[in-house]
Amino acid sequence: MTFLAKPKLHHPSLRVNKLGYTRRDYEGAVSTLCAGCGHDSISAAIVQACFNMDIEPHKVAKLSGIGCSSKTPTYFLGGSHGFNTVHGRMPSVLTGASLANRDLIYLGISGDGDSASIGIGQFAHVMRRGVNMTYIVMNNGVYGLTKGQFSATADQGSKSKKGVANPDAPVDLVGLALQMGATFVARSFSGDKAQLIPLIEAALVHPGAAFIDVVSPCVTFNNHAGSTKSYDYVREHNEAVNRIDFFIPGEEITADYAPGSVQEVLQHDGTVLRLRKLDEGYDARDRVAAMNHLHKHHALGELVTGLLYVDPDASDMHAHLNTVDKPLNTLGDDAVCPGSAALEKINASLR
Amino acid sequence: MIQKIQAVNDFVVKFANVNGSGSASANELFARSMLRMGVPVSPRNIFPSNIQGMPTWYEVRVSESSYLGRRGGCDLMVAMNPQTWDADVREIDPGGYLFYDNTRQIPASRMRDDVTVIGIPLTQICNDAYTDARECQLFKNIIYVGALAALLDIDTKELEKLFSEQYRGKEKLLESNIKALHMGRDHALTNLDCAGMGLKMRRADRVGKRIFIDGNQAAALGCAWGGATVCAWYPITPSSSIPETFDKYCSKLRLDPATGKRNYAIAQAEDELASIGMVIGANWNGARAFTATSGPGISLMTEFLGLAYFAEIPATVINVQRGGPSTGLPSRTQQSDLLACAYASNGDTKHVLLFPQDPKECFDFSAAALDLADRLQTPVFVMSDLDIGMNTRLCDPFTWDDSKRMDRGKVMTHDELEAGKDFGRYLDVDGDGIPYRTYPGTHPTRGAFFTRGTTKDRYARYSEEGPVYVDNMERLQRKFETAKELVPRPLVTSASKPTKFGAIYFGSTGPAMEEALDTLEREGMYLDAMRICAFPFHASVVDFIEAHDHVFVIEQNRDGQLRNMLIIECGLDSAQLISMVHYDGTPITARYITRAIASRLALFSPLKEVAQ
Repeated sequence: MTFLAKPKLHHPSLRVNKLGYTRRDYEGAVSTLCAGCGHDSISAAIVQACFNMDIEPHKVAKLSGIGCSSKTPTYFLGGSHGFNTVHGRMPSVLTGASLANRDLIYLGISGDGDSASIGIGQFAHVMRRGVNMTYIVMNNGVYGLTKGQFSATADQGSKSKKGVANPDAPVDLVGLALQMGATFVARSFSGDKAQLIPLIEAALVHPGAAFIDVVSPCVTFNNHAGSTKSYDYVREHNEAVNRIDFFIPGEEITADYAPGSVQEVLQHDGTVLRLRKLDEGYDARDRVAAMNHLHKHHALGELVTGLLYVDPDASDMHAHLNTVDKPLNTLGDDAVCPGSAALEKINASLR
Repeated sequence: MIQKIQAVNDFVVKFANVNGSGSASANELFARSMLRMGVPVSPRNIFPSNIQGMPTWYEVRVSESSYLGRRGGCDLMVAMNPQTWDADVREIDPGGYLFYDNTRQIPASRMRDDVTVIGIPLTQICNDAYTDARECQLFKNIIYVGALAALLDIDTKELEKLFSEQYRGKEKLLESNIKALHMGRDHALTNLDCAGMGLKMRRADRVGKRIFIDGNQAAALGCAWGGATVCAWYPITPSSSIPETFDKYCSKLRLDPATGKRNYAIAQAEDELASIGMVIGANWNGARAFTATSGPGISLMTEFLGLAYFAEIPATVINVQRGGPSTGLPSRTQQSDLLACAYASNGDTKHVLLFPQDPKECFDFSAAALDLADRLQTPVFVMSDLDIGMNTRLCDPFTWDDSKRMDRGKVMTHDELEAGKDFGRYLDVDGDGIPYRTYPGTHPTRGAFFTRGTTKDRYARYSEEGPVYVDNMERLQRKFETAKELVPRPLVTSASKPTKFGAIYFGSTGPAMEEALDTLEREGMYLDAMRICAFPFHASVVDFIEAHDHVFVIEQNRDGQLRNMLIIECGLDSAQLISMVHYDGTPITARYITRAIASRLALFSPLKEVAQ
């Protein structure tokens, strides 16, 4: 990588994954975000998830928009190509990148300003198209880089640092993603690594549009009393519906669960998602129920987290478009040019 | 006594119709029958931004001399639209002909006494022959084609042949169309003074191997042959048929033989912001991607175009220009997006533009744009327009050299990285300003970098240092200099006598300009002419201008955008460049250019000096 990096010296006892990489190999440059920023915890969770999943760093393309959250791809996966696009337009660039090479893993990083305000249109459409990606919104309810304005996900009535109440209704990206047809929809909290890391792992291998809304408090502009995106508020109001224990088939099940408290979702690629239910009645395969559950609990002032919806038969944009299995960017002249004989036939038909 | 216009294989017929009435296919049949007689024609649709019920015109220029631009004027008006009757009748040249449906009496006050009026009871004939209203309407169009065939001496056999090609396997339709054709023809032969019609067709052999196609289809084929693998687009007149045609041909010709799966992807985006975003994402990731749009789409794409320029990502944009600004004249033509495209984005930005003049060049330049975009790692615009894009035009057949390989530009490979070759994403290693890039996923530990719209150093590291920023901006300027030698060269047509006067033109003005130059020469006015095919301007453009005292710059926009660019980019004396513009939304005509230049030349005295 060409970006200024942390020293690459590894402690010899650092654990290596199946590819021989240590966790450090998944890191990027030193973060320039504020100390205590939730986004750094999410970056750390991405690093851990990629390490755990034995992903080759260079097989990931990380794309972002503009804002504090969109700066974070510099701070993880230094061996990956990254693209800081323009404000609110990462989804279209990611879509194009995915069209060009279906073999890479696409990680879209965005914020609530980037995805819920300027980019809400592209956010909606990238979900509709079923682009095979992991789309993470680092959601802090505030514009950090321009110093503390409300964003579109700020709750109505929640207070700014200066004490002003937000008059506008919030955009719920989870609800929008569900409505737009995303096939993996989750919410988590930057302060809950145990929940977040398995969610990212599952999203990375999900063969379709995976969205994770991660509430990530802004320590500088939105961590005060009256905010609904502060560490304290989120801890108090977090209503997790489940926890993922993600297993690849063949691995021994190590935990014991009470009967009825586990939901296993066999996915298209043969992997099994094992969900430890925290809410007995919650079925993560029911899109409509997920939307109802969200609305009901939002009205109670609660923040529903966990894997809210997963479609085990998800398919992606390439399947919809019936493109070849080989990445389009590897096709040679013979595959992409019909040649002079075919052109001559067309000429003949135009006389 | 009317001085009737007499002309063989050289006249203009204009059809005034109501859109959605099925006239378009009948009118095209009329034009094609002339081509089959070996006589070049160039038809033009003048249509509203509407689907049904509004006025629409179809103008056919018949020219044995192969002048395929608009001539101007109208020798025969086929007036089928009561809504536009008065204006249509006014438009006929004195001595011309008015063909109309005389089922209903039209008061003499709405006629002209200096044109030959040819009435035929079309509605009556239809009402007598058909009971179904839709049939009545559709066949009325065929009946008038039959009558015109009789009047103009169009070979009916050619019309019948065209029908049999069109309705192959649909015998019933074929039969009924031929019946309607003869109904019109027979009526005309019996009831009209066909010998008194001064406009006549005569079989010739002037079409040759040329093909008849519109520029949008040609551009789509150029992208398909040029190896585009990703197309992202948003519907907008007049460019929508490019992606649609790309898909049509690719769905047959670009399939994997083993699996039947597609060797290309096409995505209809939610808007032009997304379509250009997808194109940039795909090109960044090593695919050849293009989009097609028109002016309002360019406006939306502007932010992304700046990113592609600054982050150096290839992108091919086919802009089928229409009348602007804003929604402007959505179904009319202009060449008014030059400035918007050449300098699209905030900050110091310059983009490469190619100017095709006909469908053949739409094909060639679209394929070339894909190579140029990869070579230069920057957006490349193919500046077509509605006149070229949506009108079927006679042009040279497409050719393809099978030994030609795509030019993917400077892409560092896995093996080069493995061998330890120095990779700096924005490092100019050979002085042409073009750096090497890597595709994502190339090498496990080398060659990864961060692409961004912010300023960076030669190794793609974020930097706000002034000298680092300037270094990068100067390299981008060097790269633009390199582009001058890679884009299509300007083409010069010298006058048959030495002259101090020159003319510069580009794009769809070409065909009308050729005719105008010939006419001017016949009248003793000599001009050297240069057709500019691309921006940045080649050094020979400056040489050409400096070799003449006065140079007319002919273009289809109000502000003389090309002229302004010549002044800005080449540091030329503005007094030397005389702006000559036509921008009412109709394609520029040879008569307009001839008159405009002639009247301007008359101001330079003595006129004899013009010719020397």
